[in-house]
Amino acid sequence: MKVAVCVKQIPDPADPGELNLETKTLKRDVKLILDESDSYGVEMALQLVGDDGEVVLVSMVPNNERNGLNNALAMGADSAVLVSDDALAGSDALGTAKVLAAAIRRIEPDLVLAATESSDGYTGTVPEQIAELLELPSVTFAKEVSIADGSVSVKRQTEEGYDDVSCPLPALVSVTAGVVEPRYPSFKGIMAAKSKPVEELTIADLGIDSSQVGWSGGGQEIVSIELAPEREAGEVIEDEGDGHERIVAFLEELKVI
Amino acid sequence: MGTIWVHAETKDGQVSSITLELLAKARELGDVVAVHAGSDAEAAAAELGAHGASRVLTAGDLDGGLIGPALASALAAVIESESPSAILFGTTYGGRDVAGRLSVKLDAPVITNVVDLIDDGGLTGVEPVFGGTTNVKTKFTGDTTGIFLVRPKSFTAESTGGGPAEVTAIPVPDLGNAGAAKITSQFVEESDGPKLDEAAIVVSGGRGLGEAEKYHLVEDLASKLGGAAGASRAIVDAGWVPYSYQVGQTGKVVKPDVYIAAGISGATQHMVGMKGSKTIIAINKDPEAPIFSVADLGIIGDVHKVLPALLEALDAK
Repeated sequence: MKVAVCVKQIPDPADPGELNLETKTLKRDVKLILDESDSYGVEMALQLVGDDGEVVLVSMVPNNERNGLNNALAMGADSAVLVSDDALAGSDALGTAKVLAAAIRRIEPDLVLAATESSDGYTGTVPEQIAELLELPSVTFAKEVSIADGSVSVKRQTEEGYDDVSCPLPALVSVTAGVVEPRYPSFKGIMAAKSKPVEELTIADLGIDSSQVGWSGGGQEIVSIELAPEREAGEVIEDEGDGHERIVAFLEELKVI
Repeated sequence: MGTIWVHAETKDGQVSSITLELLAKARELGDVVAVHAGSDAEAAAAELGAHGASRVLTAGDLDGGLIGPALASALAAVIESESPSAILFGTTYGGRDVAGRLSVKLDAPVITNVVDLIDDGGLTGVEPVFGGTTNVKTKFTGDTTGIFLVRPKSFTAESTGGGPAEVTAIPVPDLGNAGAAKITSQFVEESDGPKLDEAAIVVSGGRGLGEAEKYHLVEDLASKLGGAAGASRAIVDAGWVPYSYQVGQTGKVVKPDVYIAAGISGATQHMVGMKGSKTIIAINKDPEAPIFSVADLGIIGDVHKVLPALLEALDAK
């Protein structure tokens, strides 16, 4: 079985950088890391294929950054396809989906896994857009995934609980955080990652015109970027055994109790 | 502004709160048509009408199929003749799927994470970034129908007392392979108290609780106050509580009257989901924790001491 996993390399959320007000893009001169949200998809893929399958990563960047990709390879993924092109800077969700879908089409996987949303862009629409572009069935917000007899069974998160969903392969599944416990790369894994195949492609290799991606392909524009009004901090006190009393008094003041 | 479509999410004829919020905003902007999938359009027509929708276009019962490909295909087929200026979806499990599929069908982008909509000739979406410290305003450059994904609690639902909406069935075209996923059974997770995103009081726990076994302190306090229990992403990722408990950017957005954060440091991720609360109380042992910057009352202390003492004090009342 072959599983393709969409992974995004993002700036460290602990140091998210800032918006460049002139170009309206995120300043990404910092080192990129694997989006933690995507580590669940990678782990899920590794568990599903076991010993006799293949896990291929799919990722895109406007430069040839590989740091985050290496991390996922070190976890145990077999290879990666990295679409790297200057023209990708400023791509929105639909542009991103078009590029990833084109790359996935070359891989011909049985299953495509993705996170429900990235930690830095969080549009949450890319997985479903990829599925539609590839004319695949999809199950989003999976909290449990298993595969048997050419179909995937998913417990799909709902507002009230979950649905059991069954879907023939090939299909796309997006997984929620916490669905599995991502492994830490071993030293052996980190060393092995260095020699794993990473196919680097441009959008031209995928037959995509630069008008479809980046700023020009967006179909939307940022009109303004403004600071939001700040919420004022209130009183902060040290607990000296009476912290709970202060809370009770405050709740009484609010007429909650 | 012309006609605004609103994705109406219903259950057994009951309209969801986010749908009512979207209807309230949509009728400020233009004529409102609800778009819907499910067998309960007739049952929901009165409530949808009372909140400003003149018509309901329904794809009907999906026979176990998922809503994403089905409703997107049905809408794409009638969008040209109906030519709405915009379609508003709530940021829900179903809404995101339909918006994503529809965006590909129309080859048009989606403006996501919207918390406000402004009519300035076209329709401009307002989206908070960097944990709500910055607002970005975005508009579509093309003439296509604008697809917006709006966050819950962005607008206030209000009935206008209008008559029932007129129900029109729209066909679902053959979905081919894209429609192959089927729901085989549905489970409702029973919870005693109010729903997390509707509760007037929310108590959330984070990594500061130390271990999963201590989460009951949060649940006990929530139930004692008649509220709902929530969680930070950190402890959801750690598997202490289900994803449905998560408050934050990748979880639920809550705006209760009182939000109590216990052992939560206040990562940007989390703050996005609760900063709109009317009053915030935070308990954390790190005086530098960012959560204190938004708290109306901050207690620098150990949740393992403060929470049990608080529970005892409330018991004594």
